[in-house]
Amino acid sequence: MAKRRTSIHGREGIAGWVFTAPAMIILGIFLFVPIVMALWVSMTNWTGNVDPFGGGPNAAFVGPDNYTALFLQDGLARSNFMQSLGNTFYYVLLVVPLQTATSLLLALIVNEKFLRGKSFFRTAFYFPSVTSSIAISTVFLFLFSNTGAVNGFLKLLGIDGPEWFSDSRGLLHMFFGLFGAGDNPAWGQGEIFGRSLWDWLSGPSVAMCVIIVLAVWTTTGTFMLMFLAALQDLPVEVDEAAMLDGVSPWQKLRLVTIPMLKPALFLVITLGIIGTWQVFDQIYVMGKGQPAGTTMTPAFLSYKTSFTSNGWGSGAAIAFVIFLIIVILTGIQRRMMREDKPAGRLRGAASRARLAQSESATATVDLAHTNSGTGPQS
Amino acid sequence: MTTTTVPTQDAGPGSDNDSAGKDGTPTGSTSTTGGPTGTDPRSGERHRRNVNPKRVAGYAVLILFAAIYLYPFLIQIATSFKSDPEAASHPLSLIPNPFDLSAWKRMFGLTSDTSVPITTWLGNSLLVTVVITTSRVFLDSLAGYALSRLHFKGRRLMFTVLLAVMSVPGVVLLVPKFLIVTYLGIFDTYAAMLLPLLVDAAGIFIMKQFFDSVSVSIEEAARMDGASVFRTFWSVVLPMARPSLITLTILSFQGSWNEFTHFLVVTQSPELKTMITGLAGLASGELGSGTQFPLKMGAALLTTIPVAVIFFALQRHFIRGGNEGGEKG
Repeated sequence: MAKRRTSIHGREGIAGWVFTAPAMIILGIFLFVPIVMALWVSMTNWTGNVDPFGGGPNAAFVGPDNYTALFLQDGLARSNFMQSLGNTFYYVLLVVPLQTATSLLLALIVNEKFLRGKSFFRTAFYFPSVTSSIAISTVFLFLFSNTGAVNGFLKLLGIDGPEWFSDSRGLLHMFFGLFGAGDNPAWGQGEIFGRSLWDWLSGPSVAMCVIIVLAVWTTTGTFMLMFLAALQDLPVEVDEAAMLDGVSPWQKLRLVTIPMLKPALFLVITLGIIGTWQVFDQIYVMGKGQPAGTTMTPAFLSYKTSFTSNGWGSGAAIAFVIFLIIVILTGIQRRMMREDKPAGRLRGAASRARLAQSESATATVDLAHTNSGTGPQS
Repeated sequence: MTTTTVPTQDAGPGSDNDSAGKDGTPTGSTSTTGGPTGTDPRSGERHRRNVNPKRVAGYAVLILFAAIYLYPFLIQIATSFKSDPEAASHPLSLIPNPFDLSAWKRMFGLTSDTSVPITTWLGNSLLVTVVITTSRVFLDSLAGYALSRLHFKGRRLMFTVLLAVMSVPGVVLLVPKFLIVTYLGIFDTYAAMLLPLLVDAAGIFIMKQFFDSVSVSIEEAARMDGASVFRTFWSVVLPMARPSLITLTILSFQGSWNEFTHFLVVTQSPELKTMITGLAGLASGELGSGTQFPLKMGAALLTTIPVAVIFFALQRHFIRGGNEGGEKG
């Protein structure tokens, strides 16, 4: 018996290696090795036209210079990077609350037992999440064009719509303008990381608002499904107790449902924040950072700096800064999820959401999250 | 699972069929657990008796949002059949007047203008989707099975590496991917497009989780009978894993059809463009001048259709999984 077991395990050992070899070789060659290569490139001044590992004046080792240039040295690299951070800040500030609130609202309504046709609505809300971000951005390019559907709709209301994609005015700047603050007032002259306070306080540009609307529109369906999963997990007894105690629906929502949805809320908010650091496809289609750099995101800046401006070292350095930010955010999320110990479906959603970070399209994750549980019951 | 969770979900489509004719998923109606209208006679009565203001408000919000979510797709379809001037003058109209096929003719090479070679793009998209999906379904389940079931040295380390690799966001990989394909001398080839995507860490993870959740007894019996490890995997384990394989197929199909950044950084020739990279170039104004909105909407529609077909055909896998997904988490 003992002998037989050894032989089976010996066979298993070889089989284990053979079974995993193709996957490990591909992931090793096309993921692990290139990341190490890029880490090296991020510490060189490689210009793209020589061997990046060959040294010489066009691929010289410069140590942490590319990183310090992003934060500490005056120059184009820092001002571009800081502008992209500022853009992302306003993007997060608007997208995360809007998508969280909208998806929660839709989930609460779709979850109501007395409504009919909910599978139709669920499908309608979820569909944008599975379609290509490039295709959807193209549609939005038309909807928000000067003669597009949105301006057509505004015209029906008697409003002259803006030229969405070429309007670089910041919303906060426009708001300050209402109170007579001129362009670049004296109080906004102080500099933070080489960017004036006035610039930091620009608010999202009109063009950025389109991308914000697009982001909310595409992600809501996904997050709605997560909230639905969490709502299904809530114990019925609480519902019944609340009903017997005669609390109003609004009180029930505020005092019972929302507190119990805390883990789901946390998951949706952190996933939302992580997702905003990966905005790329939409920017590529909608103006590539224009107008005036107000739609530039760190991810797109990394691409542009490398592939268009041949500043490969700097572009790679930006990529690793984004990487670090996302790793930190993911770490926080995992720790909090562990503490909260969400039960059942939501934990599944969370573990599947982790998959999200390996794909650029959030939709893909959600597919994973919506699907991987189908197995055992058939 | 408690019974209360069931009516809203599994019985949902069944009891909804009459009002939402669009999504008559067959499995929904076979559900026997009983929706609110099925088991509780009072509820039907209640529905008829009151015009509940809460219900009206609920429907109003849902219909408003459904309009916001679906109208862009309808406009997209309509606009692809408009002429350029009409797309600009009547952007909101859903009925093309006059009905104009020139955008579609141009895409399929029926005019002299060949700047948008959509058949090339479609061919490439089809190729990468078929190759990548087939490969991922096979290699991911192979590796997932080994990581879940087989005892071999280095298994734990491999799994740790896999989790680490999974948490690398795609946008960070743009420069690395370009570096490696250039280093290997395969930049701007099909090899560069396909090889790096033949497996994906997330798919391996899904399959490992699935195999972790099923009992080992059947395959152990097979192996004790002397079947080889691969034979057991192929004839005993894989057939049991059908639901997860469907999931993986959907994911891989959608992922490879919609893939953008990878193809963007590893290719440059027009002959290697896929629907997605081609459309991205067209939409961002790299191909031809003018707004060309009907053309862009048509191309965007073509990229949406395959995923939409999969989505509607396999919807029950999407939605059902959404509610039961986490139990093994």
